[in-house]
Amino acid sequence: MSDQTLTSNPVDPVRARESALLRPREGGARSGRRWLLPVVLTIVSLIWLFPLLLALVNSFRDYAYTAKNGYISWGGFTLDNYKNAWEQGDFGLHFWNSAIITVPAVLLTLFLSACVAFVVARFSWKINIALLGFFMAANLLPPQALLIPVYRMFRSIEVPFWFSESGTLLNSFQGLILVNVAFQTGFCAFVLSNYMKALPKELYESAVIDGAGITRQFFQITLPLCRPALAALAVLQTTWVYNEFFWATVLLQQGDKFPVTSSLNNLRGQFFTDNNLVAAGSMIIAIPTLVIFFLLQRHFVAGLTLGATKG
Amino acid sequence: MTRPTSEAEYLARMVPPSVRGVDRRTLLRGALGVGALLGAGGLAACGNGGTSGQGVPTGAVTGTVTVGSNQSDAVPKAAVKAYMDAFSKANAGTTVKINTVDHNTFQENINNYLQGSPDDVFTWFAGYRMQFFASKGLVGDISDVWANMQGMSDAMKKASTAEDGKQYFVPITNYPWAIFYRKSLFKEKGYEVPKTLDDLNALGAQMKKDGLDPIAFGDKDGWPAMGTFDQINLRVNGYDFHVSLMAGKESWTDPKVKKVFDTWAGILPIHQPDSLGRTWQEAAQSLQQKKSGMYLLGAFVAQQFTKGAEQDDLDFFTFPEVDSTIGTDAIEAPIDGFMMSARPKNEAAAKKLLQYISQPEAQLLALKADPSVIATNDKADTSGYTALQKKSVEFVKSAKSIAQFMDRDTRPDFASTVMIPAIQDFIKNPKDIDGLLTKIEAQKKSIFTS
Amino acid sequence: MATTRKYKGIDQLSGRDKIVVGLMVVVPTLIVLWLVWLPAIGSVLLSFTNWDGIGPLSGIKTVGLKNYQDIATIYPPFWPAIQHNLIWLGVMFFIATPLGMLFAVLIDRGAAGTRFYQTSIYLPVVLSLALIGFVWQLIYSRDQGLLNAITGGSTDWYGDPSVNLWAALLAASWRHAGYIMLLYLAGLKGVDPSLREAAKVDGASERTTFFRVVLPVMRPINIIVLVVTFIESLRAFDLVWVINKGRNGLELISTLVTQNVVGEASRIGFGSALATIMLLISSVLVFVYLRIAMKED
Repeated sequence: MSDQTLTSNPVDPVRARESALLRPREGGARSGRRWLLPVVLTIVSLIWLFPLLLALVNSFRDYAYTAKNGYISWGGFTLDNYKNAWEQGDFGLHFWNSAIITVPAVLLTLFLSACVAFVVARFSWKINIALLGFFMAANLLPPQALLIPVYRMFRSIEVPFWFSESGTLLNSFQGLILVNVAFQTGFCAFVLSNYMKALPKELYESAVIDGAGITRQFFQITLPLCRPALAALAVLQTTWVYNEFFWATVLLQQGDKFPVTSSLNNLRGQFFTDNNLVAAGSMIIAIPTLVIFFLLQRHFVAGLTLGATKG
Repeated sequence: MTRPTSEAEYLARMVPPSVRGVDRRTLLRGALGVGALLGAGGLAACGNGGTSGQGVPTGAVTGTVTVGSNQSDAVPKAAVKAYMDAFSKANAGTTVKINTVDHNTFQENINNYLQGSPDDVFTWFAGYRMQFFASKGLVGDISDVWANMQGMSDAMKKASTAEDGKQYFVPITNYPWAIFYRKSLFKEKGYEVPKTLDDLNALGAQMKKDGLDPIAFGDKDGWPAMGTFDQINLRVNGYDFHVSLMAGKESWTDPKVKKVFDTWAGILPIHQPDSLGRTWQEAAQSLQQKKSGMYLLGAFVAQQFTKGAEQDDLDFFTFPEVDSTIGTDAIEAPIDGFMMSARPKNEAAAKKLLQYISQPEAQLLALKADPSVIATNDKADTSGYTALQKKSVEFVKSAKSIAQFMDRDTRPDFASTVMIPAIQDFIKNPKDIDGLLTKIEAQKKSIFTS
Repeated sequence: MATTRKYKGIDQLSGRDKIVVGLMVVVPTLIVLWLVWLPAIGSVLLSFTNWDGIGPLSGIKTVGLKNYQDIATIYPPFWPAIQHNLIWLGVMFFIATPLGMLFAVLIDRGAAGTRFYQTSIYLPVVLSLALIGFVWQLIYSRDQGLLNAITGGSTDWYGDPSVNLWAALLAASWRHAGYIMLLYLAGLKGVDPSLREAAKVDGASERTTFFRVVLPVMRPINIIVLVVTFIESLRAFDLVWVINKGRNGLELISTLVTQNVVGEASRIGFGSALATIMLLISSVLVFVYLRIAMKED
């Protein structure tokens, strides 16, 4: 029988849990119908994928061909769209810009929101509710409503020229990163606090008895146990910050500083849009988010928590 | 004290008063000296032109001049680079730094752009919006560049002048709006170009019998239908009333405006149905595929046709006459060009650049990118023009009055938040014109009085 | 190096710990306060002006409640927008979110190929709006789209205001379900398997196990998912914007704000009033959530 407690398998609880969860449940579905679930899920997945497959196929097709024969036809395949998209959209430069913006923003967001969530979940203070409300409500306004006040604020904050070449927070990556962090922290703090609340207090008891301070409790107990939530949020945050466009256009003033989302706009002509080219460009842009998703998927599968205190 | 606008000035602030001179020029010179001492690099910003108001320098200019460009498509971008490079070559010692932002973003962000740290020179359009920026002090006065400008018609100068009588804009290219059709289709079916509204209706009926959509129509984006309104208003009420209406000086519940919508409702049946889900590109493609007979659009419709025989097959005629006392001498031909920001870092070079842009050499380079537009300088050599371009030149030249298009002739907040939904409502429901006009007027009053 | 501390309970904090906790709370709070709340208050204040975003702050004129009056009386897209937001909420709440939760539960069962399913359903969330817009345009276009080609009809899916909201909702649910699936799956993975095994040992079926054992334990996650659904419905924006900038039957409050604030229109005062209305509606949600959360503690 599988024994999942920590004491009997202290070396790699992650692996143990992972294999237990991946094993099909014994005696779960009535054995005759065990094929039903995969079939249903496969059908659903294919339905979900269908629109994207349509776009993927068309991104490999020449525009002249589809303009003549419509999109429901077959033929006219080419790799040119991808080559042209990369060049015209200046993807190299803009990918780099996106990286500069997205990576620090996501890391900082996750860290700061984990801090707040930890405090709110760990202690039962009266201020917690207000704090949570503070962070949650920050997420309710449409960002568009805040564009102009933030623009004005940044324009009037002077910083040294080595920090930002415009002399203010405007047109600086740092300003943009900060804004993204501020905006996403609310949501992440809210989600993480709920995950952290699910952790029992007994966990911390053993730590405190051992003499662990708050820092150790945070880094060694809470964060590892929140791995699924952190991974899920990392994927979501990366997607949002990476695909975000409005803040970038308002707070950055030079075209060569824009993130990769602007590359797509460069592919869209002023008067003539080659839709297949845009599709190819969109596929290219999607790659980093897909990579992050695949990298972190493992952590959705593994979940280790409450078993640590049993036994 | 105001915020430093350059690294040099910033460093200058750090120099103690005992060392600093008093006036600005000494300050800056001192700053450059201190900057050099401190090993600071950065933009050298002083040309020989000196401070503002000294006019276009006749001598050489040096330094870097920055240009904000919305020409983000591959070919126009190359064209801009071409004539900017030509300018650099002609003026040794100057470099042009082009900041390209995709055209949509550039337009949408223009307010933030101009109030931030805009480039010395930037692309924009003639019309109300240009005058608006001038009145708000966001752009620079370039009347001195116009003082010696050769080859620009009075209409162009008028379109570049703001309410205070000074010029703020240099035109480079423009293109007309008209009703486009395929010559081969007209020849094949024996259609004739309509001269009056009745002719248009008759032609429409004929086309319908032949199984075509008479007039292609795609208003998913909201702005194409504004062109139709403008054309009908120009024909029914004349140029002066149209301009006045756009300026908010007329009431939208005026019977004159109602007449425009009534006329439009009369020809709506010969337009393509279900236009609100169709983009203008799809409508243009229906013209190309000979599924519709005519299309009221700007000359850029040619870009949907393949170069060569197909584009040569394209022709246009002006919107037919509705009122014989008004005739057809008013047209719409939006003008694109450049402006100078209010506090350019290198004013001398900026003005020289603007002067260069007004000349045929630069304009012809710009046309390489977009053969559906025409140069604005009369002296430009039109021998290389396509048939369509030659006709456009004639068309624009012979017009007595030129409007810019609704979203450039009136306040943009009115155009986009009021008129776009209102016109779409009209297309959905052409029967309740009175109700529609009352709604428009109420909103117009609210916006224009603010 | 265990410093012997007298154990007084797990909430005791040393001096150093107090500083750490203080920082953990204060730093994020300050950032959010500075970059979200202050501009939000600025936005609310601006809603009482008719500012156009240009010029010095000192030149702003106040107009009292005029913007709100205009919105309620002479601004045609407003009331349809409220209606559409409510319909959006209904569809998300009753169809898209339960669908996402169902997918998460099914995938959590651990059938083979779980990564393929997760990926397929989540993919719409990951991709950029431009792609999503193109994708559904391929399907919904009146003249060139797949749907009309297959059914042979000529319905103007995007242009006919009586159907386009539902067309958009289909695409939005397609996306929303994946997003909810992800959040819920992470929560399900955090449920202790021994709980489930204990229930199985007791002879409970899969269904009973889920509803009687797993669901109650997942209560905090359930609440997250519900609140997220409400918030996303209120903030629904991206897809509709990409289709036609939120006009002609696709008006939503967020698109109205954007139309007025972003772009050349620059009706900052007016747009801020619309945004403030959104904030007020959202605050009701926050209040309700906090009441529930308070009752728990």
